[in-house]
Amino acid sequence: MVRSKRELWKAFGLVVPSLAVISVFVYAFIAWSVRTSFSAWKGMVPDYTFVGLRNYFTVFSRQRFQIDLMNTLSFTVSFLLLCVVIGILLAWLIDRNIRGEGIFRTIYLFPMSVSFVVTGVVWRWIFNPTVGINALLRQIGLGHLAWGWYTDPTRIGIFHIALIPVIIAASWQLSGYTMAMFLAGFRGIPSELTEQARIDGAGEFFILRKIYLPMLRPITLSALIVLGHFSLKIFDLVFTMTGSGPAFATDVPAIYMFETTFRGNNYGEGAVISIVMLLMVAVVIVPYLASTFRKE
Amino acid sequence: MSTKVKQQYAFSRVMIYAVLISAAAVYLVPIYILLNTSLKSFEAATLRQLWVPALEPTFEPFLRAWSQLAPNFMNSIYLTIPATVISCILGSLNGYVFSKWRFRGADVLFVLVLFGMFIPYQSILIPLVQFLRSIGLYGSLGGLILTHIVYGIPITTLIFRNYYMEVPDSLLDASYIDGLGMFQAYLWIVFPISAPAFVVVIIWQFTNIWNEFLFAVTLTHRPSLQPITVALRNLAGSQIVEWNVQMAGAFLAALPTLAVFISLGKFFVRGLMAGSVKG
Amino acid sequence: MRKVCIVLMLSIAVPALLFSAGAREAEEVNQLEIFSWWTAGGEAEGLDALFDIYSDLYPEVDVVNATVAGGAGAQAKAVLSTRMQGGNPPDSFQVHAGRGLVDTWVVADMMEPITFIYEEEGWLDAFPEGVIEMVSYEGEIYSVPANIHRSNVLWYNLEIFESNGLSAPQTIDEFFDVAEALADAGVTPLALGDVNTWEATHLLESVMLSVLGPEAYGGLWSGDTPWDGEAAKEALSVFVDMLDYVNTDHAALTWDEAAQYVIDGRAAMTVMGDWAHGYFMAMGQEPGEDYKWIPSPGTQGTFMMLSDTFGLPGGAPHRTNAVNWLKVVGSVDGQDAFNPKKGSIPARTDTDRSRYDMYLQSAMDDFAGDEIVPSVAHGAAASEAWASEVNDVVSIFVSNKNVDNAARSFARVAADHAP
Repeated sequence: MVRSKRELWKAFGLVVPSLAVISVFVYAFIAWSVRTSFSAWKGMVPDYTFVGLRNYFTVFSRQRFQIDLMNTLSFTVSFLLLCVVIGILLAWLIDRNIRGEGIFRTIYLFPMSVSFVVTGVVWRWIFNPTVGINALLRQIGLGHLAWGWYTDPTRIGIFHIALIPVIIAASWQLSGYTMAMFLAGFRGIPSELTEQARIDGAGEFFILRKIYLPMLRPITLSALIVLGHFSLKIFDLVFTMTGSGPAFATDVPAIYMFETTFRGNNYGEGAVISIVMLLMVAVVIVPYLASTFRKE
Repeated sequence: MSTKVKQQYAFSRVMIYAVLISAAAVYLVPIYILLNTSLKSFEAATLRQLWVPALEPTFEPFLRAWSQLAPNFMNSIYLTIPATVISCILGSLNGYVFSKWRFRGADVLFVLVLFGMFIPYQSILIPLVQFLRSIGLYGSLGGLILTHIVYGIPITTLIFRNYYMEVPDSLLDASYIDGLGMFQAYLWIVFPISAPAFVVVIIWQFTNIWNEFLFAVTLTHRPSLQPITVALRNLAGSQIVEWNVQMAGAFLAALPTLAVFISLGKFFVRGLMAGSVKG
Repeated sequence: MRKVCIVLMLSIAVPALLFSAGAREAEEVNQLEIFSWWTAGGEAEGLDALFDIYSDLYPEVDVVNATVAGGAGAQAKAVLSTRMQGGNPPDSFQVHAGRGLVDTWVVADMMEPITFIYEEEGWLDAFPEGVIEMVSYEGEIYSVPANIHRSNVLWYNLEIFESNGLSAPQTIDEFFDVAEALADAGVTPLALGDVNTWEATHLLESVMLSVLGPEAYGGLWSGDTPWDGEAAKEALSVFVDMLDYVNTDHAALTWDEAAQYVIDGRAAMTVMGDWAHGYFMAMGQEPGEDYKWIPSPGTQGTFMMLSDTFGLPGGAPHRTNAVNWLKVVGSVDGQDAFNPKKGSIPARTDTDRSRYDMYLQSAMDDFAGDEIVPSVAHGAAASEAWASEVNDVVSIFVSNKNVDNAARSFARVAADHAP
């Protein structure tokens, strides 16, 4: 594809305003956080005395923070998987001339429009071990399936089983949106491609695997990043649903950071937690993006 | 089609509807709890009666919630519409450039923009307040709109870029030969086929900005300026929460988003897009 | 079509921006901005009652009620800290008496002393000495208490106790006897809802107070009583024993959902601050008939208190209005307008008793006669930083019930924070 220099400069000019505001609202503020994370700032008065890595050592030595890191990993992986699988499945089914498509779409999307503060409480009730789903299970004679849900501090490997209800709640909230993203993806694919394959006698699963999924790669990348940023920063939903949970079984870094900063007034250590959250993203995202660009 | 193929077809249709309908039922369970609780009186809205239908439904929770939410409703409109529209347009332009006009260093800049999504917002409240104060926008809806636009740029750029990656380059090359410039090509060729991506991005931005609380409460402190989320949270007391009123309020506050979902629905239709590509 | 769209967008965006700019100018008027987390129910009505008194006295001032809800002030604190550091203080804000006020704000030199108001208004005799001490630092007074809440109260379902022929436990030993009898009768003895952890800390502080006594309990927070000493460890193991009599789903409940267990008769007792009284009343329960209260076991004669106060931030934009506001908060009229609605007792001792209900009158009597100690779960006894780390230890402790571990962790945290 030919691109003249002049047009490329114009293209650059088009993104300059965004770059300018991002550099302040993102990079200047990150710089501020980095500086705070290396400072002795505790209490209400900013104190930027340099203390090196002291806050980092303190934070990493805290049991709570170690649990938080494990929880973030387990939560993010399960949540992404669940959302993407449900999202593709629903989009694939909806994309075949369904009667009442609009109704289905709206029902699946609706959860994301309700304030997390309230849905968190609804899910806390639903998984309440006495009156929630357990009560329904007992009523239909499946009482042996009842368990403590988010009140059970058991850990399998690094996975706190108390996270399962939280993963379900978060997926309920966002799998509909994932469905919408994939639906947009499906509809961006020219129908000639699939029509030809159908004429050639290809089965529906074959078309999904060989035609749709490869074409959906960029949209899947979008979905993973959108869901990933939601899950790494998740706060409101967990805060109102389970809080930190028994022995931090459902604690996440964002809650710890919020409490350290605004309850403990420990701005230095709070900044460490947010920097670590950013670094976790960088570690996962940057190599993945790099490989994507190479392929493109 | 032979009878057998027809039967198979009918069977698979039934299966599709079965899956979609049962999924919808599961999605609606929490909505049932939400609506059911909001129809109860405070005394009846207890955990023990979680699944019990509201036997004496009352609309009082809705009325009480609405009386407190109404004054802030328009603020949310003034906030959400410009912030959504502007961040979507910026995202679409950025996405177009980053997918189709990849000047040297564009990929790196794209990653740098994208990274902005991952900032935990709680951690940058203090510099944010200081910065908005220095440009005279602290405490106003303008400052809140600006903040939402900026933090919306990464996600909107990402979705548009990845959507446009699937647009064949040949389309643009043709326009280039026709003598269309970079921007005209966007206006006349790329923008018209962006409807599904716009739907996805508007849904995300609209719901998130509409429901966002932390920026809203930190950057505006005059109750007459605060968006509806702040009023929604303030339905809860510090020690006692009337969940029936709170849930009624949450349902009411979700209605504008619901309206957006429904009205955007038709832009999901495949024919619309295909037509504009061919035409 | 596209042009129409763009025009449409601009027509929405531009007025919105103008509108917001206009609103900014409005801030220059004569106003009083009060920051609190009293957003709903009785507490909001009480606050409105104070605003009414203020507006009657100073009709020319525009009162701005900046309330932020959420988790007993957790979100409010974030917003307030940000505003104070961003150089945008409200004219006056709600703050817990004790270390919550002193360690967070006064030590940071962000408050203006208001001893002069106390002198002008003759309040030095009107407020109890112990309370004034909690809002003072190095000889100056920094805030005006609006109310007093009691933390160490045991609430119980009267019918369960009567039908089982039991009476409310006065001591820890009696508690375990009663609990055993209730458990045999198939009733959960003690309701707890510690989904937010502070509720467990709340129960723990009552147990510590009971086992250690007021003086040694105070020593935990001054550094004189070792957390890993024998006495403290004994208190911790009593707490662990108590947990055996608690509802199994405690980690799924909030304190009010636990109180509901008592109302429903599924549990017999719960230990909670006296805002629980407000909840029982709101649920249509009759005090003295459906439910009753006594000081939590073994804490008779001690009043564990917390108090919401208002102070004067340094650089308050409308200082004169703020000083007048504080005068209203501390006045007899102000206290009597606010507290009956809030469900708390006045901090002053010279108010009109007849305006308070049965429970509040009994609390007023105890407050006048008992020894006063500060609560930790609510920011009075320890700095918020300390209280927050105490909660972290409690969260692990409730789950693994390991007394030695907990004692070590508490001691380590205390070493970091004790004065």
